[in-house]
Amino acid sequence: MNIVACVKRVPNTEAVAEISADGKGLDAKNFQYIASFYDEIAVEQAVQTKEALGGEVIVLSLGSAAGSKEIRESMAKGADKAVLLVDEEWQSRDCRATAKALACQLSELKADVVFMGKVATDRDNGAVGPMAATFLGYACVTDVVALELTATGGTAKRETEAGIETVEFSLPAVITCNKGLNEPRYAGLKGIMAAKKKPLDEVQVEVIANQAQVVRASLPAPRKEGRILGEGVAAVPALIQALQTETTLL
Amino acid sequence: MSNIVVFVEQEGGNLRQASLEALGAAHQAGATAVAVLCGDGAQAAAAKLTAQGVSAAICLDGPGTHSPDALSKALADIVQAQSASGFLAPATSRGRDLAPRVAAHLDCVLFSDVTGFAANGGGFEVTRPWLAGKAIATLTTSGAVLCATTRLNTFPIAGGGAAPTVTSQTLNDAGKARVTGVEAKGQAKLDVTEAPVVVSGGRGLKEPEGFQIIEDLAAAFGDAAVGASRAVVDLGWRPHSEQVGQTGKTVAPKLYIAVGISGAIQHLAGMRTSGTIVAINKDPEAPIFKVADYGIVGDAFEIVPALTAEIKAIKAKH
Ligand SMILES: Cc1cc2nc3c(=O)[nH]c(=O)nc-3n(C[C@H](O)[C@H](O)[C@H](O)COP(=O)(O)OP(=O)(O)OC[C@H]3O[C@@H](n4cnc5c(N)ncnc54)[C@H](O)[C@@H]3O)c2cc1C
Ligand SMILES: Nc1ncnc2c1ncn2[C@@H]1O[C@H](COP(=O)(O)O)[C@@H](O)[C@H]1O
Repeated sequence: MNIVACVKRVPNTEAVAEISADGKGLDAKNFQYIASFYDEIAVEQAVQTKEALGGEVIVLSLGSAAGSKEIRESMAKGADKAVLLVDEEWQSRDCRATAKALACQLSELKADVVFMGKVATDRDNGAVGPMAATFLGYACVTDVVALELTATGGTAKRETEAGIETVEFSLPAVITCNKGLNEPRYAGLKGIMAAKKKPLDEVQVEVIANQAQVVRASLPAPRKEGRILGEGVAAVPALIQALQTETTLL
Repeated sequence: MSNIVVFVEQEGGNLRQASLEALGAAHQAGATAVAVLCGDGAQAAAAKLTAQGVSAAICLDGPGTHSPDALSKALADIVQAQSASGFLAPATSRGRDLAPRVAAHLDCVLFSDVTGFAANGGGFEVTRPWLAGKAIATLTTSGAVLCATTRLNTFPIAGGGAAPTVTSQTLNDAGKARVTGVEAKGQAKLDVTEAPVVVSGGRGLKEPEGFQIIEDLAAAFGDAAVGASRAVVDLGWRPHSEQVGQTGKTVAPKLYIAVGISGAIQHLAGMRTSGTIVAINKDPEAPIFKVADYGIVGDAFEIVPALTAEIKAIKAKH
């Protein structure tokens, strides 16, 4: 089985946003990068799938040539090899352009099952997985919290506002991973050593132009200065009064 | 006037609030909305759309309505048949699942979780958060159709307008993936993304049983949901579906009450656009007080039950 896990390099969650000089993007100079949170769950699910059904796990990323650290980490956790589509503009690509570039490579890799994150914690699109699946004509289940897979299809549980939904699907498929699906393992020393020797294929790609046009980027207005109403139970009446005068809830 | 196709969710013939908000976004941008509904109760729900600025409603039935791939293809076909210049769905789990596929069928980009939607020249412009709201971008598209999902609790509901004409279509394609069941959660609890009031608890509650005071406060409001910090989700005290923050859910309720939550940057990212923020924390230096409109310093186990009692008393008078 050809199992692919898509991993995006994103600024860490402590990152502070600053607007770039042209006013249309984020200034990346102080960013420190990590693999996106949900992509670690995707890698773990890919490795578990290989352990259960056999096959090979390929990590796929569209990103900077400098982003091989996150890819090596995924290989240290059990992925067999990786393809890095080199694109220095990866952070500002829109979801359609990213999904097309990934879909093209996924088709070349003859992927049977593709694991992606539910959302990447940079531009928060939550779109690349189902978009890539649609471009490829694959089945897709999003926000998955439990999965049973066979060689031809599977059953997934996804989280919705109403409860847990069961979805049956055929392969090939894209699964977007939600927290709760698994507990990502840590890389052991042996894995880290082995990862250094695993093949990482850097492929130069031409990514299509964005449709999304940034008019402007800005920082959110700071919230107006709040008030500490007091200490302990004695402050409760003041809070009730504030809620009654400033909201329509009470 | 431009046409926007809006995916309108309904449950047993009742329109979901989040869908009315998506219709409100279309209305606010001066567009005519064509509503698409599906499933049992779609006709009954469409009949309730009279006051929402909707010109036409299309009700879908058949096996394809249980398949996200078949349903999204049908939605894209409707967008084309209507020559629509926009497609909107609420940023619910169903909307977030379908909208990227609809956009892909139309070969268009998708703007997720938009907090602003307005007319711009012949088209539309949106605003949406980047980096979990640490920055905000205003965007347009060069694509033929602007596709977006609308953040819950953000857009006003439109009033007025004539009754829509209702037509129906049957989707016979069963699709590649099919929803075969839903395991409902207990007593129709509101999700944190939908509720007008969210009462969240953190590690300051000391143990899972500490959340009883949070549950009681939420129950006193009636239409409130319980939220949680990641710390208590990781400890297994609360389910992940309740986690608020950068790796949980982004919420924008009218009122957000944070109890025993320090206010880490990843938590603030998920709730800082709430209407009114109240913080209860024993540490006056806790960062949560920097975003809170109102704060009370002290022990949650004393303050919260007193607050609950006051709110119960007010609600009992109404
Ligand atoms: C990649 C990444 C992603 C993350 N994503 C999220 C996320 O989505 N959501 C999220 O919430 N966090 C997230 N975090 C974690 C975040 O950094 C914090 O660790 C977490 O939010 C802390 O939770 P807490 O406020 O409940 O606990 P603590 O930081 O331990 O705070 C407990 C608070 O309770 C107060 N307290 C103690 N006793 C009482 C009492 N009796 N009465 C009143 N107050 C009391 C204390 O003063 C303290 O302020 C993420 C972290 C990382 C690295
Ligand atoms: N540049 C990228 N390289 C690899 N995978 C990506 C990239 N962008 C998005 N993805 C995958 O798509 C998921 C959702 O991303 P997004 O739609 O941008 O929120 C991520 O969690 C990744 O698994």
